[in-house]
Amino acid sequence: MAILIDETSRVITQGITGKTGQFHTRNCLDYALGRETFVAGVTPGKGGQHLEGIPVFDSVVEAREATGANVSVIYVPPPFAAAAIDEAVDAGIKTVICITEGVPVKDMVRTRCRMEGSDSLLVGPNCPGVITPGKIKIGIMPGYIHTPGRIGVMSRSGTLTYEVVDQLTKLGMGQSTCVGIGGDPVNGLKHLDVMKLFNDDPDTDAVVMCGEIGGTDEEMCAEWIGEYMKKPVAAFIAGVTAPPGKRMGHAGAIIAGGSGSAKDKIDALEAAGVTVTANPAEIGAAMVQAIEA
Amino acid sequence: MKVHEYQAKEILRDRGVCVPRGEACFSVDEAVAAAAQLGGKCWVVKAQIHAGGRGKGGGVRVVDSLDEVRSAAQDMLGMKLVTHQTGVDGQRVNRLLVEEGVDIARELYAGLVIDRSCQRVVLMVSAEGGTEIEEVASRTPEKIHKVIIDPEQGLSDEDAGMLTLELDLQQDQAAEAVTFFKALYQTFWETDASLAEINPLVVTTDGAVLALDAKFNFDDNALFRHPEIVALHDKDEEDPDELDASAAGLSYISLEGNIGCLVNGAGLAMATMDIIKLYGGEPANFLDVGGGATTEQVTDAFKIMLKNPGLEAILVNIFGGIMRCDVVAQGLVQAAALVELQIPLVVRLEGTNVEKGREILKNSGLDMVNATTMADAAEKVVQATRA
Repeated sequence: MAILIDETSRVITQGITGKTGQFHTRNCLDYALGRETFVAGVTPGKGGQHLEGIPVFDSVVEAREATGANVSVIYVPPPFAAAAIDEAVDAGIKTVICITEGVPVKDMVRTRCRMEGSDSLLVGPNCPGVITPGKIKIGIMPGYIHTPGRIGVMSRSGTLTYEVVDQLTKLGMGQSTCVGIGGDPVNGLKHLDVMKLFNDDPDTDAVVMCGEIGGTDEEMCAEWIGEYMKKPVAAFIAGVTAPPGKRMGHAGAIIAGGSGSAKDKIDALEAAGVTVTANPAEIGAAMVQAIEA
Repeated sequence: MKVHEYQAKEILRDRGVCVPRGEACFSVDEAVAAAAQLGGKCWVVKAQIHAGGRGKGGGVRVVDSLDEVRSAAQDMLGMKLVTHQTGVDGQRVNRLLVEEGVDIARELYAGLVIDRSCQRVVLMVSAEGGTEIEEVASRTPEKIHKVIIDPEQGLSDEDAGMLTLELDLQQDQAAEAVTFFKALYQTFWETDASLAEINPLVVTTDGAVLALDAKFNFDDNALFRHPEIVALHDKDEEDPDELDASAAGLSYISLEGNIGCLVNGAGLAMATMDIIKLYGGEPANFLDVGGGATTEQVTDAFKIMLKNPGLEAILVNIFGGIMRCDVVAQGLVQAAALVELQIPLVVRLEGTNVEKGREILKNSGLDMVNATTMADAAEKVVQATRA
């Protein structure tokens, strides 16, 4: 089971012939069932080529028709990334994961509007991807730090997710699926969407959530958790020390117009019964505490 | 990216949004000449800095003679204008905007933002113009009226008209306001803006609707397709260290503390600042070296942090994923030697090839403290500043 991706996924890499796309596709192929699950690549104008035995097509439609793919991962450069998402959605790809960092917000507003009413799910952009340990890795995270298990992980940040996964693994807690939802203000799945998926997943017993300053996604998720979440949740919110009005690396990590502060998010999560730690070195320990509570 | 008020108004004027007549000036004589050229009996001299709250700090003056234009310009040019957004040191004023005075009947507010929860552009208006909109929003949220804009359709006449009703605008002015809102939205959308604030949006005594002030921010990710906006960038308004960092491909923000941090990834960089504070220290900066962290980048990062005379120690926190710890360690050793590091350095490496990385650091002869976890690193670096 797990969420979003598992051994039944069939994956297309969009932008497979670029340097980044090639590098990460090779790493994904070498992880667990990668050779079985990565079935095609797409780069317009490069149809007919192969990468590591994987056929390259000119379009997502052709790749899907030839291989039955249901997941796509995008490494296309920022000016063309939103159009790549549109293409995957139009081709009926169920789960679209966009790794690309630096996509213009306007492009994403348009793309998210086009996606209304569609069955496709989008993860990212500006995210490390999704991994179901021991089965399939789609994205740029280091596979070996993960261990198969029953903790769901979601985060807006890449290396902070690795930090959390590393802590969990060292405490003997494996992960069901780890989802990098990305650091952009307008994007696909939010904390709340992923939380719902974990809540319904029989292979997930508990969830770690890493949020950061900016927006109110964590607050919205907290409200839902208080009402409906059946499983223990531990959380860390990055940016308690971040000054207002400054963009902290991620396009979405900014306290603006009086909203988006870490304190608001922590208060909302605690009110919902989530075990929140202020110490990023103790996120794994907070998960243990939440499970034992 | 931010621009000055006068630049935002030029963009708006070019696209049919009504703004007062005015001219940007870089000297006292230019200011007087501009006022004479504009004619009339009343002018407004406005200091051009990126921070808001200029009026309260003495950066906006209404005058009714050319002599007063001269003295206002003399006072403002070169002054360090302090507002609630500049910090205590203030921001030096190098540019002025001299505008014709207008007779104000009503002060309103109009703002465009990209709303994260609905993932669309939202136009907000309020009859409570001239004040901080955040205050209005928290005190009396019912006084802010919003429409969510469909990116395919743009701002419709109906939605714009509905807002004019909420603002209680009369017939001719309502029609003018509809034109104003539509042109404002069009400008926002076409220029890839991320924020636009017209505060106040005024109705004059003779019934005109115009933008008395204008604040525009643009999406950094979209600047590649707007060279005309990049050309407006005023480097004097930026922190020089942050500019150097961005030229070196680093994401850097200066803070008030004494412990420098060098981290890979934005979320982990924020978490590192937080844990320093948690263990009783104060971070001196946010610094994300990104996914690469080459020797050159680490060297540049050290150099930028060391420009801060108050820096007492540096914490390096790297979680090597695709980037291998042994490569990072080699880069650190070379960079520390290149900059002849004199203050305590605490290094926490984790991830791919971490054992090799720690070995390299140990054998380098570099005077540094090895840390294992983030907590260990934070504790050690805070201790180092107290020694």
